[in-house]
Amino acid sequence: MPKVPGMVKGLGVTLGTLFETVTKGANTVQYPHEKEAPPTRARGVIALHEGNCTSCMLCARSCPDWCIYIEGHKELAPPRREGGKPRKVNMLDRFDIDYALCMYCGICVEVCPFDALFWTPEYEYSEPRIADLLHDKAKLGEWMETVPEAPELESGAEKKKK
Amino acid sequence: MMSVLAVEVPYWGQSLLRVLGGIVAVLLPAGTIVYVFLFKMMSFMQSRLGPMEAGPYGSLQLVAEVGKWLQKEDIIPERADARIFKMAPVVVLVSTFLLIAVVPFGPDAWFTNFEVGIFYALAVSSLSVLGILMAGWASANKYSLLGGLRAAGQLIAYELPMVLAVIGVVIQAGTMNLQQIVVAQNSGSIFGFDGLGNPYILTQFVGFVVFMIAIQAELTQAPFDMPIAESELVSGYMTEYSGFRFLIFFIGEFATAGVFSLLTSVLFLGGWGVPFAWFGWSDVDSVANWMNVAGPIIMITKMMLIAFIIMWVRFSSPRFREDQLQRFAWKVLIPVSLGNIALTSIFKVVM
Repeated sequence: MPKVPGMVKGLGVTLGTLFETVTKGANTVQYPHEKEAPPTRARGVIALHEGNCTSCMLCARSCPDWCIYIEGHKELAPPRREGGKPRKVNMLDRFDIDYALCMYCGICVEVCPFDALFWTPEYEYSEPRIADLLHDKAKLGEWMETVPEAPELESGAEKKKK
Repeated sequence: MMSVLAVEVPYWGQSLLRVLGGIVAVLLPAGTIVYVFLFKMMSFMQSRLGPMEAGPYGSLQLVAEVGKWLQKEDIIPERADARIFKMAPVVVLVSTFLLIAVVPFGPDAWFTNFEVGIFYALAVSSLSVLGILMAGWASANKYSLLGGLRAAGQLIAYELPMVLAVIGVVIQAGTMNLQQIVVAQNSGSIFGFDGLGNPYILTQFVGFVVFMIAIQAELTQAPFDMPIAESELVSGYMTEYSGFRFLIFFIGEFATAGVFSLLTSVLFLGGWGVPFAWFGWSDVDSVANWMNVAGPIIMITKMMLIAFIIMWVRFSSPRFREDQLQRFAWKVLIPVSLGNIALTSIFKVVM
């Protein structure tokens, strides 16, 4: 068979795609009407499990964009046992992530030593005003509901020791 | 007095009809090409649906776009040559309107029946180079200037093969009048066989191919879109334009595509006619009156076919480099079309 010039081959490809789209439909979805489910591990938005956070600031310090703002104070809590010293606990006053700055690198999630931050695949949180992209503690907490179950480990995989 | 469908129309009425017809004949193909090809066919070729929200299947998208452009601010750069800057898009669009004036749509449905029609059309079509150069220079922007100069170099280079390709048709038809070229095609015969007439796409196939490539370059459609290369020149001479001035450039681009498609169908596909032998017509005076209505429809059909090819090639090809583009015009297209002229003249004299 003689060699078909690339130009002609290209014309064939586009015409083929044209007929495929007409007969079988497009590869895209019409977004607001139908939505694609993003994969479980998609990086949509970061959720905060407040109870786990010790305000250690590791996430804020490792953030390349400096988009995490944390303020906290220490409080004295009653001792665990009778006659013991009162415990010091970290109280989280403020935990904001500015999604106008965030570049979704996920370093904060990786670096958190107490599993307080989680990725969730939610993506519909655009705002008409850029300032509204600053999600505060309460809003980041709400995202926790959307955190998907961690996928099953492969059979035979080594279980993490607790 | 002339009769259109057996209704006598006075001269002023004819003139009014022709002016209105000219506007329709420029804007209707432009809108159709943009919707059918630019919005829909391009999307389908990329396996997506294109605009779907405005109107059924996005058919009113163009209206929305025009509305958007009209309400945008008309920005003129501070250091721009304001008067020339404002004039440039109009010059480009005017060349399109001047071009439609000689295209015949039926035995009586023409705007002007000009004796040297094709000569005039080719001369006027190069007017758009002027508008593009004006836009590039007046924008006071180095990318615009670069785009304008590239456009000028390209349009001049591809004007030549276009003219030379048309000469083959002119030699074969023996006339420069576009109406007569249509008649010659539909009443002619190929080596004695007159069942199809003689559409010059068959006997002038080389000329047709050269002409198609040349108008692709004249319209600065890919693969010849070096002057408006988005990735390096940010749309070239159109960079500084916004609002309705950009809209005029946009209309100009696709209206010219439409008019050039009409011109191609007149020159190579038999224009408004069907082969005269089918109905027993011999020349333009014996053509039945209903062809004045059927003619434009036939023309639009042929135009859509040609525009389809132009747009199909546009959506499928990558961009030529500047030197490849010039070399292709001067070293391939011009020699080929010169050879075509020589062959055509030999056949014309011998046969």
